[in-house]
Amino acid sequence: MKISREEVLRVAELAYLDLSEAELEMYRAQIDEILEYIGKLNELDTANVEPMAQVLSDDQTADATLREDLIVPCAVAEDVLKHAPDAEPPYFRVPKVIER
Amino acid sequence: MGTNWTIDGVRVALAAKKISARELAADFYKRIESRNPELNAYLTLSPERARRQTDKIDGLVAQGKPLPPLAGVPVAIKDVISTRGIKTTCGSKILENYVPPYDATAVERLEAAGAVILGKTNCDEFAMGSSNENSAYGPVKNPLAPDRVPGGSSGGSAAVVAAGLAVASLGTDTGGSIRQPGSFCGVPAMMGSYGRVSRCGLIAFASSLDRIGPFATNVKDVAAILQVIAGRDPLDSTSTTAPVPDYGVELEKRVKGLRLGIPKEYFGEGMDAGVRKKIETGIGLFKKLGCQLVDIRMPHTDYAIASYYVIATAEASSNLARYDGVRYGLRVDDDSLLAMYRKTRGAGFGAEVKRRIVLGTYVLSAGYYDAYYLKGQKVRSLIAQDFRDAFTKVDAILTPTSPVPPFKLGERTADPLQMYLADIYTVTGSLAGVPGISVPCGKIDGKLPVGLQIFGAPFGEARVLQLAHAFEQAGGAAV
Repeated sequence: MKISREEVLRVAELAYLDLSEAELEMYRAQIDEILEYIGKLNELDTANVEPMAQVLSDDQTADATLREDLIVPCAVAEDVLKHAPDAEPPYFRVPKVIER
Repeated sequence: MGTNWTIDGVRVALAAKKISARELAADFYKRIESRNPELNAYLTLSPERARRQTDKIDGLVAQGKPLPPLAGVPVAIKDVISTRGIKTTCGSKILENYVPPYDATAVERLEAAGAVILGKTNCDEFAMGSSNENSAYGPVKNPLAPDRVPGGSSGGSAAVVAAGLAVASLGTDTGGSIRQPGSFCGVPAMMGSYGRVSRCGLIAFASSLDRIGPFATNVKDVAAILQVIAGRDPLDSTSTTAPVPDYGVELEKRVKGLRLGIPKEYFGEGMDAGVRKKIETGIGLFKKLGCQLVDIRMPHTDYAIASYYVIATAEASSNLARYDGVRYGLRVDDDSLLAMYRKTRGAGFGAEVKRRIVLGTYVLSAGYYDAYYLKGQKVRSLIAQDFRDAFTKVDAILTPTSPVPPFKLGERTADPLQMYLADIYTVTGSLAGVPGISVPCGKIDGKLPVGLQIFGAPFGEARVLQLAHAFEQAGGAAV
């Protein structure tokens, strides 16, 4: 077994994801099977292989994509707040974070 | 007027005043009204925005002014691509009421070129899926075979073009999500090189893999859409400054003498016999066109799915952290902030998205990062190297798009790993960053469409389009 029930719980905790009992067991079994499959990566010797950090290293792009750090107008706050679940412009409102 | 519109056909008809842009859009909406209840391919229609655009185009016609390249062309946009003022749900409950405050660059460019946005298309939730069955708003039916899936994740974008409910559409491809539905619905569908089209406004699934690209009824129209949306965008630092050639000109060049690689690894077990037959006939057609077929090896192909599902889920778990019930979308209230996060995400995400968040968080977590994520990235390098090696010998690579024809609705939903394996021929090009197209290559028993995939070298979109166009002109869709 690649992944235990406790590990799924811990990961769901890290991801702030509520899972029901049924989901927990289903995901454990399915992810176990997927990890089993992913294990085939270990058939390859990658000791001397660099991880792929950039998709297409296009030399002419490297410098051209750096831009000057300029302040530009961006008046979207009103629009953005309009679609927030709970807003009190100019703020988003959330449940109390700090206990006194 | 007929229903088989092309981009050129629309422009000629508008200029000759045979139809107005407004009438054309109304015509499409009428067809959508009659067919969409059955297909479920559109999630949201945008008639007001379409009306503003058609008024503009009809104004140009009335004044005898030159028409932009996509003047009056009715298009559809996948619902993971942001459209200002038009609901963009990503096929998810968590964004059920989300209305973006800005347009994706690709959308902005389409509209600036005269296209008329009819609405937003259904897709797998956050583009995660290969059948469109992971949409929170129900599956899409394949217009060519209503008991079958349209492919995914851009199932709606493929279906609307195949059903004549848009002249062209935009989809997104992360592991095959443009090419595979293109194959399943019998329409050409293209993913440019990573960086060719700006991702600004594309709601992220896996940022190192996500790409926007077109569906259309013919390769020339695919090229015309790509022409408009391609090119550097200061709002996406991964978009390339590499010049965009005139695809319309490149398209017509002769393919005689081009060397086409046939990788043995893409023709192994697991391929449906009917698909194999069509693809072999299709490849034969390239030989008749004077291309030279070269047997090549791409030895790491078999590891692509494993590498892909590590990298894609890792990136997804990070990208989807933003859905926290604070700034947009669903919130499930609780007195505690952390419980609010957990409940919101637990209630808002569907099964496949949760599965991938758990898997992605796991492969990135302390103790497993090296074994899974780093290993996946190293194998990704090997797969990219396979492509670099191949392109020293050949001009393009031919493969099937999917190992199987469109499968039945519900047939594969119980087993996620089996669903992942359906992407076996497409994820390789996604990992390597190269461009690829799926072009119709006959129908099994005259009914189920097969797609032939053409991969090009990085930024070799012109070559890919040229081959696809030649194939189409030679009768590839009817092999």
